[in-house]
Amino acid sequence: MKLTREQIAARVAQDIPDGAYVNLGIGVPTLIADFLPEDKEIVLHTENGMLGMGRAALPGEVDDDLINAGKISVTEEEGASYFHHADSFAMMRGGHIDYCVMGAYQVSARGDLANWRTNSTTSIPGVGGAMDLAAGAKHVYVVMELLSKDGTSKLVEHCSYPLTSTECVERVYTDIAVFDIVPAGVRVLEIFDDITVAGLSDLVGFDLIDATLAARA
Amino acid sequence: MIDKEVHDAAEAVAGIEDGAVIMIGGFGPPGQPVHLIDALLAKGVTDLVVINNNAGAGGDAISKLFGAGRVRKVICSFPKAIGSTVFDELYLAGKIELELVPQGNLAERIRAAGAGIGGFFTKTGYGTELATDKEVRLIDGEHYVFETPLHADFALIRASKADRWGNLVYRKTARNFGPIMAAAAKMTIAEVDEVVALGALDPENIVTPGIYVDRFISASSALREMKASS
Repeated sequence: MKLTREQIAARVAQDIPDGAYVNLGIGVPTLIADFLPEDKEIVLHTENGMLGMGRAALPGEVDDDLINAGKISVTEEEGASYFHHADSFAMMRGGHIDYCVMGAYQVSARGDLANWRTNSTTSIPGVGGAMDLAAGAKHVYVVMELLSKDGTSKLVEHCSYPLTSTECVERVYTDIAVFDIVPAGVRVLEIFDDITVAGLSDLVGFDLIDATLAARA
Repeated sequence: MIDKEVHDAAEAVAGIEDGAVIMIGGFGPPGQPVHLIDALLAKGVTDLVVINNNAGAGGDAISKLFGAGRVRKVICSFPKAIGSTVFDELYLAGKIELELVPQGNLAERIRAAGAGIGGFFTKTGYGTELATDKEVRLIDGEHYVFETPLHADFALIRASKADRWGNLVYRKTARNFGPIMAAAAKMTIAEVDEVVALGALDPENIVTPGIYVDRFISASSALREMKASS
């Protein structure tokens, strides 16, 4: 069975260690915050200038001066701090953020990331902080559905969309499988759907390395 | 005696002329100096270059500047926003120039301008089309792209409190671009929620020292004035 968006988010949350400083992108990555284990202390960074971001604000908790990068009202955790934009991006660009999790249009076999614009000439380009996170976070994780709406794989040998950064993605969590990108190639760590590693290789269009529990046993 | 407070929105934006390069603070509504932007709109200046993270969202003060045709060029990281159709239409019709800058480069270029730095090398953007034609240098085995400082004629920012010297403190995520824009512009104009007595702000916690601020107006006096004139 393919995972739902929430299940993918829950799966990523299991891999974030205690004490990590984490930046979660807009969309499915934001959902990860809801699944972080309570026995771990994980500090969320939001690029508009805050560490220790809490959950979304409930009605009655909304503070007009407190939003996240998606411009949603949020709350603050004990120990939170605020800082200006250059400091916030120095945290990202200077290699201080342990994990960032972003969505993607495409990820290549060598870890190139394409997530800021498609090749459409009628859409408005927007890059935000994606290039900074991709270049600066210690670990860059991607969450995405493996297949695009037209059925083609978003994990590809070479990206056809404009790049956000080169050779930066370490791990890709999808609804069908989890992939690790290493110098030797792309390893399949875990499969959720009824498909083999060979079947996945056909789907993505290049050879994958079987690193599932079954292969390791 | 130093007293940087002005009591009239028109006086606050005095001196801004056609063609000015203007930094406008804010990330979403927090930190957006809405009364100063409205005063700029009322002043009627045009051919402006606007530096902001976004390009206005549905009917907010900045998008009114776009809608009125006052902006020649916008320098921002993320023009796409829910409801920001004013910019979309101008852009797709080729009526406005866009310089798209990765958000961290935008912030650091602004910071560099304020700190007298002539440029810097960053990993951000390397190997992408946003680094096309820019100088690349290999430093300790990694590729870095050269970026230049971003200066402005004016910065319009919003803060929480000011004293008469122009020392500023902010609230929560409304701080965003305020401190770096204040340093990067030839003239910085703030609107603040509250004006307090000199000495009332804790010197340990002043975020923008008054040296960076040329004048400020309290949002409540700007609001009173707008109500009186309407």
